[in-house]
Amino acid sequence: MVGTRLLLTVLLALTTSLVAVQAKEAEPVAADAALESRVMALASELRCLVCQNQTIADSHADLAVDLRKQIRSMLAQGQSPDQVRDYMTQRYGDFVLYKPPFKATTALLWVGPPLLLLVALLALFLTLRARQRARPEAFDPDTPDDPETP
Amino acid sequence: MNRFVWPLVGFLVLVTFLALGLNLNPREVPSPLIGKPAPAFSAPLLAEPGTTVTRDTLLGKPWVLNVWASWCAPCRDEHPYWVAFAPKSPVPIYGLNYKDQPAAAQKWLQQLGNPYAQSLTDADGRIGIDYGVYGVPETFVVDRQGVVRFKHVGPVTPEVLRDQIEPLLKQLSNG
Repeated sequence: MVGTRLLLTVLLALTTSLVAVQAKEAEPVAADAALESRVMALASELRCLVCQNQTIADSHADLAVDLRKQIRSMLAQGQSPDQVRDYMTQRYGDFVLYKPPFKATTALLWVGPPLLLLVALLALFLTLRARQRARPEAFDPDTPDDPETP
Repeated sequence: MNRFVWPLVGFLVLVTFLALGLNLNPREVPSPLIGKPAPAFSAPLLAEPGTTVTRDTLLGKPWVLNVWASWCAPCRDEHPYWVAFAPKSPVPIYGLNYKDQPAAAQKWLQQLGNPYAQSLTDADGRIGIDYGVYGVPETFVVDRQGVVRFKHVGPVTPEVLRDQIEPLLKQLSNG
C-alpha cells in the first residue's frame, strides 16, 4: 500500500516535470534576454483572443505571435508596460487583461467573491447561534451505538 | 417545510446562472471600437499594389470593411452571401485581405466572385491589430464621419445581413 503510494508520487512528479520541460522548449530565443523576459512577463498578463484560455505568452496562434512582436517592438522603443496595456485595451477591450481594472462594469467581478463569502459567514453564524439557543428537545435524539440495544 | 426553502432558492439561483452561462457566447468579445473613429490606415490595393487607400479617402460616405483571407475556411462560407448582397448594397463594401498571398487572393476572387469595391491588403496584419481583428472573417460598418458603428465576428449569415447590416446601411446612407 505504502509502496504503491510512493510509486504514484514519483510518477506524478516525473510527469509534471516533463510537462514543464516541454512547455519551455518552443519559446523563441531572442538576442536580448532582458527585453525578452519583460516581453514574456507582459505577454503572460494578456489573454490570447484566438484561444481564449491561454495567455499571449503561452499561445502559438498567429495573432499571439504578432502581438508578442508588437509588445517587443513597443518595449524596445522605450514605451512603458502601461502604454502597452493601453494599446491592447484600445483594440481588444478590457477582455484582454487577465487582471481587469476596477470600474462600474467590473465591480461585481471584483466584489462578488468577498460578498459571497460574507453572506456565507453570516449564514453560518446565524445558524450556529440558533442551534446554540435551541432547547435540547429541538434536536433528534442520538442514535444508539449498538443497533442490538432496544 | 421551511428547511427546504433555502436550498431551493440556492438551486434556482444556480440554475439561473448556468442558463445564462450556456446562452452567452464567450467568443463574442465586445469591440471597444464601436462609437470610436475607425483607426487610420494606409493600405495598398490588391488589384493595383502601387495605389494606396487611406481611411481619410473613404470619409464622406458610409462603408463596409470585410476582413477576409484565401486561407480562411469560414470566409469561404460567408463569401456567397457577400456576392449576393453586393449589387443591392447601398454603400461600397471594401475587403481587407488579411495576411494573405496576393496571388492566392486574386485567384480566390476570380473563382468565387468579387463583391468588393476594392480589396485592401494587410500583408503583415498591422491593420488587423489596429482594428482588433482576432478571428477572420470580421465585418465592420463605418459611417460617413469615419466612426465604427457595427462589428460582426465570424462569418455573416443571410440573417445577420438582412436583420442587422442592411437596415444599418440604409439608415446610415440616408441620414
